[in-house]
Amino acid sequence: MAEPNHARRFGAIWLVATLIATPLVVVLLGPILPPGKGSEQASGHVTDNTVLLAMATPVLLLVVIYLLYAVIVFRQPQGAALEGPAVRGDSRIQTSWIVITSVLVLSLAVYGTVRLEEDGAGSGGGPSPLVVPSGPKLPVQVLAPQWAFTYRYPTYGGVETPHLVLPVNQMVELHVTSLDVIHSFWAYQLGVKADANPNVDNVVFVKPTRLQTFEVRCAELCGIWHGAMFDHGHVVSAGEFATWIHQQQVAFAPATKVLPPYSKTYLPEPVRRGG
Amino acid sequence: MSLFVKKLLGVGAAMAVVGALIGLYVASWASSFPKSVAAVSTTTATGPSTQLTLETVAAVGPRYSPAHPDWVSYLVRSNGQWVHSTVYTVPANSIVHVTIYQFDSPTGLRNPFMAQPEGTIGGTETIDGKAVNAINPEEASHTFAVPELGVFVPLPGIPEEAKNACEFAPCETSSAHRTITFSFRTGKKGRYRWQCFVPCGAGFLSGNGGPMQTLGYMDGFLDVV
Repeated sequence: MAEPNHARRFGAIWLVATLIATPLVVVLLGPILPPGKGSEQASGHVTDNTVLLAMATPVLLLVVIYLLYAVIVFRQPQGAALEGPAVRGDSRIQTSWIVITSVLVLSLAVYGTVRLEEDGAGSGGGPSPLVVPSGPKLPVQVLAPQWAFTYRYPTYGGVETPHLVLPVNQMVELHVTSLDVIHSFWAYQLGVKADANPNVDNVVFVKPTRLQTFEVRCAELCGIWHGAMFDHGHVVSAGEFATWIHQQQVAFAPATKVLPPYSKTYLPEPVRRGG
Repeated sequence: MSLFVKKLLGVGAAMAVVGALIGLYVASWASSFPKSVAAVSTTTATGPSTQLTLETVAAVGPRYSPAHPDWVSYLVRSNGQWVHSTVYTVPANSIVHVTIYQFDSPTGLRNPFMAQPEGTIGGTETIDGKAVNAINPEEASHTFAVPELGVFVPLPGIPEEAKNACEFAPCETSSAHRTITFSFRTGKKGRYRWQCFVPCGAGFLSGNGGPMQTLGYMDGFLDVV
């Protein structure tokens, strides 16, 4: 019996599986991918993860189907111990492999760069982000001493509070900095993660799109209580935010009096040491 | 005895020794965890409450910590004695009255925001009998803070030039000190970490090492039961 054209047969199987699986993966898994749709940036992450998944599915199928095909079709009869003929190289396969993988990786690099340039994608852009979203923004400073985040609202008299509350559908400009060692501010459901380094103003933009409670945690090993550097933030309506920020101004008026003037960074080196 | 059996016995003996060493290390680590000290229950005109009495010292001294006698530390009063522990047991859904005798000099707050007592009943603390709603951030020596309960209390230090400063624990009130009192509600049962927010680890980079990074000195747990 003549040997079938394995390449053509394998290619056909892979193509059919890809045409079936990729739309299914996008439609069924895409909507439940992390980190959810708590903000424009988080929704962007879901889209990005869906694109990655759609591009990875054909690759995964290529590997899995190839393995299964080899196991089933090229299985040696029991008792046989024959080596196959030596393969010395195939320029068509090698060229195809290099071209296809290069196109895939470079496409993802271009896609990622474009997405990053749209609004920062919820990541820290340093003190001078390349792209600043247009329109009004609420500045909020994130301060990270060992081991609890605090938040300062410069447009509300510079009041500082241990609670993070943001108004819905309002672009927020977070200024993340540390007062001691390196930390990382991670608001998972908002799709925000930004390094908190001493003497660095790391700016990140986020626009929450629904009322919610979100997790805040430190994502950089920062000492014995790193694991306890965890809290919850809240996205509320504009009216609730106005009421809340006024309450904070009243509650923390004594602290506000002794705070230094608002600054992008602080290095409040203690003048004395204990002991 | 064959060579194979000898090799087998040799490997077995080596594994037993390594296992014993690991066991000793784990046992040593487990036994080094500070013992929990129960706060004292009292009954007042307003009902049952709990009294927790602490002191902060510039150096814990060789009696309490032979390995680190010069480390700054908290101690707790139990049965009329100062005990070196930072794990305290208090009842749930109750009021805890805290008295802290502060024998250390100022370091200064890294975040001046914590100069304001928060989460205490009345939003204040008393310092040497006087109620205040904030201290000078530069005068802070330590804080007693339970972030999960929203309790942050700054502790001012004694003057640098104090003549009769206590050198190491146990310190008694005949030495220069500040007396800080406050009360807070505990809420539901659980284990809550507490810590000092002042970088008071003298001799360590930015004051953040040593006693600030080791359980049993400037941090611990509040066991709410």
